[in-house]
Amino acid sequence: MQAADALTAAAPVPAATPALAAPPRPLRIALIGNPNSGKTSLFNQLTGLNQKVGNFPGVTVDRKSGWAQLAPGRRAEIVDLPGTYSLYPKSLDEHVITDLLYDKAAPNYPDFVVVTVDASNLRRSLLLFTQVVDLGLPAILALNMTDVAARHGVNIDVPALEQELGVPVVPMNARSGSGVAALKIVMAERLATCPAGLFWWPDEALLPLVRQVRYYFDLHNDYLALHYLQQYRHIQFLTADDRAHLQELATQYGFDATAQQAQETIARYQRINAVLLETVTVTRTETREPVSNRLDRVLTHRVGGYLIFLAILFLLFQAIFAWAQYPMDLIDQGIGALSQAIQARFAGPLVRLLTEGVLAGLGGVLIFIPQIALLFGFLAVLEETGYMARVTFLMDKLMRPFGLSGKSVVPLISGLACAVPAIMGARTIESWKDRMITIFVTPLMSCSARIPVYTVLVALVVPDAPVLSLFNLRGVVLMGLYLLGLFSALGSAWVLKKVLKARERSYFIMEFPVYKWPRWKNVALTIYQKVRAFVWSAGQVIVAISVLLWGLASYGPGTAQAQAEARVRAAAGAAAPAVLARNVAAARLEASYAGVFGRTIEPTIRPLGFDWKIGIALLTSFAAREVFVGTMSTIYSVGQDADLGTVQAKLRAERGPDGKPFFTPARALSLLVFYVFAMQCMSTLAVTYRETKSWRWPLGQLMYMTGLAYAAALLVWQVLK
Amino acid sequence: MSLFRRTAAAVPATASRRTAAGLCLGETGTICCLEDPTMALKLLEMGCVPGVLVRLSGRAPLGDPLMLVLGDNEYTLSLRRSEAATITLKP
Repeated sequence: MQAADALTAAAPVPAATPALAAPPRPLRIALIGNPNSGKTSLFNQLTGLNQKVGNFPGVTVDRKSGWAQLAPGRRAEIVDLPGTYSLYPKSLDEHVITDLLYDKAAPNYPDFVVVTVDASNLRRSLLLFTQVVDLGLPAILALNMTDVAARHGVNIDVPALEQELGVPVVPMNARSGSGVAALKIVMAERLATCPAGLFWWPDEALLPLVRQVRYYFDLHNDYLALHYLQQYRHIQFLTADDRAHLQELATQYGFDATAQQAQETIARYQRINAVLLETVTVTRTETREPVSNRLDRVLTHRVGGYLIFLAILFLLFQAIFAWAQYPMDLIDQGIGALSQAIQARFAGPLVRLLTEGVLAGLGGVLIFIPQIALLFGFLAVLEETGYMARVTFLMDKLMRPFGLSGKSVVPLISGLACAVPAIMGARTIESWKDRMITIFVTPLMSCSARIPVYTVLVALVVPDAPVLSLFNLRGVVLMGLYLLGLFSALGSAWVLKKVLKARERSYFIMEFPVYKWPRWKNVALTIYQKVRAFVWSAGQVIVAISVLLWGLASYGPGTAQAQAEARVRAAAGAAAPAVLARNVAAARLEASYAGVFGRTIEPTIRPLGFDWKIGIALLTSFAAREVFVGTMSTIYSVGQDADLGTVQAKLRAERGPDGKPFFTPARALSLLVFYVFAMQCMSTLAVTYRETKSWRWPLGQLMYMTGLAYAAALLVWQVLK
Repeated sequence: MSLFRRTAAAVPATASRRTAAGLCLGETGTICCLEDPTMALKLLEMGCVPGVLVRLSGRAPLGDPLMLVLGDNEYTLSLRRSEAATITLKP
């Protein structure tokens, strides 16, 4: 309806004037687009390995940014914004976008934006584009997935589209990389433009209100003023006074946000239809149903769907526990051999610090890499192919009785890798209640940091025997631990569902991405980033704690250690030298700072079957549970024969006061159950705080999970011992 | 001109009303209006605009959520029965 006169109609936005001289600072460009429009692929194509994923608890958490070499001597910072369907945020993730694009004074305000649109689905993709442009941002349209569009018989007249939209249009295919070079040139030359006219503008009747907001906040256009009116409750940078003022204005003029938004969206679609009529012709070549729909019939089948999902999960566990074992053994043995080689050649306290402190801790970090890489690789493939959306679809009805939604499944499964990204992933859940429940229970899913604890202890007490000639007993026990975690998560969710009151209704609606073959480059990039983040952030903590522990275990208060040693030597009499040496070492450890520490908490944990050595490990793993194995390795390597390379050998060699092996199945099981439930991760608590903006949630998690762990371990030990 | 308002008031929730939740498997209908104002915003953004064709292409194994194909096989949405029930179809 506004197609003809749009270009001549009053346009308060002046066209952007490209800077004549190159600006002193590099360009800042934001990528924006619908979910599944290939935005992430394009981001990876542009930036490659030069990406920086903001880490918690920093400020840039939500934003992925990277550097792109657009042309020789022309670098630009690319900011990847979360996928969204419109500029009216419906979930937390999307608020990041408006906070960035509303505030021209913001330090990260982009010079221009690249809007990625799915060429096979132009109508819906252009909705966001017209909103972005109407906000007054210079834009480039990256017309993605042209190959898919062509296959569907969609012919797009690019020059005509450019004419109609008033911005550069670059046809491309981000997955294969074709067209990316052209896009880089357009970006480097700063050819982004603002169209001469708007695609939509507020009704005459709204103008008095909109103008009042616009002049009050000194905004550069009417549409932005309208957004202020729509969103003022959620705009970060507004003060309380500003918000009160906006609310007052809205009530005074009787502003109906919902009706206005619906009207705007419908009007935009009409305008877009007019544009598409001029530029797109569809000649349906294929009459057959799309492959994706036929695949869906199999993958979401009422029986087959679940069987396939189970099979995929089974494969995932197989990969993590069987395939990862070989590289892990290599790393374990390699570290052990290196440590022995050093000890054989040199001696002295510094060498012991290096081998028993630093190297032992480092081994505890590096050994994780194969499993983390496999797990994140797997999840990335499931996400890339579009299968994750189907999992959500399959599981929604099943999850609802527990107060969760199908969208909780992805965070819960990601929780198998690490609760930190999983909790952040819960942002896609729009409903407050569903989201809080998901965040609260996700840490109960057995994360990869528990894997080493599980593997070491299970291998220690469970025989390597076949079950039903198909499975391995150890594998079955491991599966049981994971199921225990899963069921406790579901049970806790059910309890929370009863306790919490809903604030708003929960949505489920989402788009089913078309099945795609995964881009291995994207998968590899994900794996690389996750492993690097783990080695750097978790690794530093682990190595630092290992060194600290070594110090605490090697030195004691005053002359306590020397006295303990003297006592043992006096009592030993004619014992064999090897036994004597071990007893001396044990006595020295007991008299060390760590021993004193462990002794203090021993009465609390004795009912669980734990002694003071395990007590030390429990305390240190409250910072991060992956420290457990490193701690055990450090504590038990003090005073044992140096040739016991691996942690398992050290634990197996450990004797109780009665001379029998200390780690009985009951004790190991109690410890395992404790680790299934216990909240032992500072990072998770930090991220829960950040995501819920309240200390209530992380503290609740800490107390609930620790209590659960204590009770469960108590039960196991008292029944089985 | 707000489409959903006028129609929401005009069409009472009777049993004879056709909604996207009531489609048979494989059946097609044309979107007439969106009943629930908040839900309507989300549906509109995702392309459920009055006049667009929808086809029920599948149901999850337990009968919920549903899979709706929009337009001429353009793309598939997945949504709960209760959400689909807010989409009324032209008789």
